[in-house]
Amino acid sequence: MSTEPEPDLDARGLKCPLPVIRLARLARELPSGTTLLALADDPAAEADIPAWARMRGHTVTLEQRGGHTAYVVVLG
Amino acid sequence: MVVLRHRGTFLRRLLEHGQTLVHEAELLWDGSRYGAGVLDATRSPLHPSARETLLAALEAGWADPRRLHREGRRARHLLDRARESLAASLGARPDEMSFHPSGAHALRTGLAGLRHARRRVGTRVLTSAVDQAVLLNEAHDADAGFRPLSVDRLGRLAPETLRLAVAQGPPVAAVALQQANGEVGTSQPVEDLFSVCREARLPLLVDGTASLGRVDPPGTYDVLVGDASTVAGPPLGVLVVRTGTRFDLPDPRWEPEHGREPADPWVPVALAAAEAWQQAVHVRPDESTSARALVDRIRGAAAAVPDVDVVGDPVDRLPHVVTFSALYVDGESIVDALDRRGIVVASGSACTSSRLEPSHVLAAMGSLTHGNVRVTLPLESVSPRRAEDVEALCRELPGVVAELRSRLGVGDL
Repeated sequence: MSTEPEPDLDARGLKCPLPVIRLARLARELPSGTTLLALADDPAAEADIPAWARMRGHTVTLEQRGGHTAYVVVLG
Repeated sequence: MVVLRHRGTFLRRLLEHGQTLVHEAELLWDGSRYGAGVLDATRSPLHPSARETLLAALEAGWADPRRLHREGRRARHLLDRARESLAASLGARPDEMSFHPSGAHALRTGLAGLRHARRRVGTRVLTSAVDQAVLLNEAHDADAGFRPLSVDRLGRLAPETLRLAVAQGPPVAAVALQQANGEVGTSQPVEDLFSVCREARLPLLVDGTASLGRVDPPGTYDVLVGDASTVAGPPLGVLVVRTGTRFDLPDPRWEPEHGREPADPWVPVALAAAEAWQQAVHVRPDESTSARALVDRIRGAAAAVPDVDVVGDPVDRLPHVVTFSALYVDGESIVDALDRRGIVVASGSACTSSRLEPSHVLAAMGSLTHGNVRVTLPLESVSPRRAEDVEALCRELPGVVAELRSRLGVGDL
């Protein structure tokens, strides 16, 4: 029905700092240049995922989708 | 000694009447040093002089200052003295200054008076993304399409941002901005922001609830708001409306506090607030230098812990406030772990069950909101051993963060 790609991480329902921890675990195994799609609905993640990305040299774009937010992270 | 005698009498009287609430307080107090380990002085233990003033005023100034009898006249006299003293501390005139139940009340009243007086000129209220929730709520109430003015990574509002916001959109009623941020400490360029307001003929309310008493009052403002708890007084809002400012409240005409409040303040609290403020002004230069060095020490120690983000302007800031965030850890756990080591700090994190939204200040600055620790130093005159408490924090912090990370299995992320 949807052409939406499967998220690499579905952190919906998780509270901070868990979304960032799960994302960091995933990112650790992957080479730089990899793109990850993550979903989260914790309001704190909207500040925390970009802040984590800045501290780790990744880039991130956010897209608000009603009940949750989609994060596209390109690993640095 | 005066304090102990008062306290003893008070306790005995209550016990004779079979009251039990005093037992509650006595049981909860563990007898440790007053203010021991407290590095969260947003609501501070009282300054010793403010405490003595409060106790004395309980006997001399309990009455309704509007009564014409002896007790009422004495209360009125003490209230007038409190106003004169506090106005002098703020560099204002007594007839410009009013007392309010809290800093938040004073902010709302100050803004309401500016808005109502200019309601035929403009309706919008401009405030920034790092200003207090009460101001953001008022701005949203004035205009449903309100967007807070954005700030930079240090939490500072650029005058140009204000200038653009004034020029774009419907006419503005008032601008409300902080002197410095109470969470991250960053000072705002109040003089330049005031110039932008003057050019556009807009009134400026300066929120000094986190700063006044700890730093000099701003030289330029139309309305100024402070809170006595910032200077180790009881929580009490103060509002200065400069003579000549267009100010009119929408409510029915009131008598107390230059028509700004429906009721007079409780005189003992007003007198204690004025005393605390006077004491703070008296020691300010030394106090500020000492607090500044302690905050530098904390900033350095926190930055040395791996993956800790120290937030706000390191130089142009309040002397006594610092905040930092530790990656992967939740703020409540750090607060708990430090508390068990006798160190009392606050947190702006939302990982606690009591709050759903993280600190809007940290979010607006693009900082980590989890793992947050906020330090607000008490005045040295309130907590003479605060330097030792700061050393304890600096000593314990690396171990606390490492232990929490290892428990979460995130030590290698």
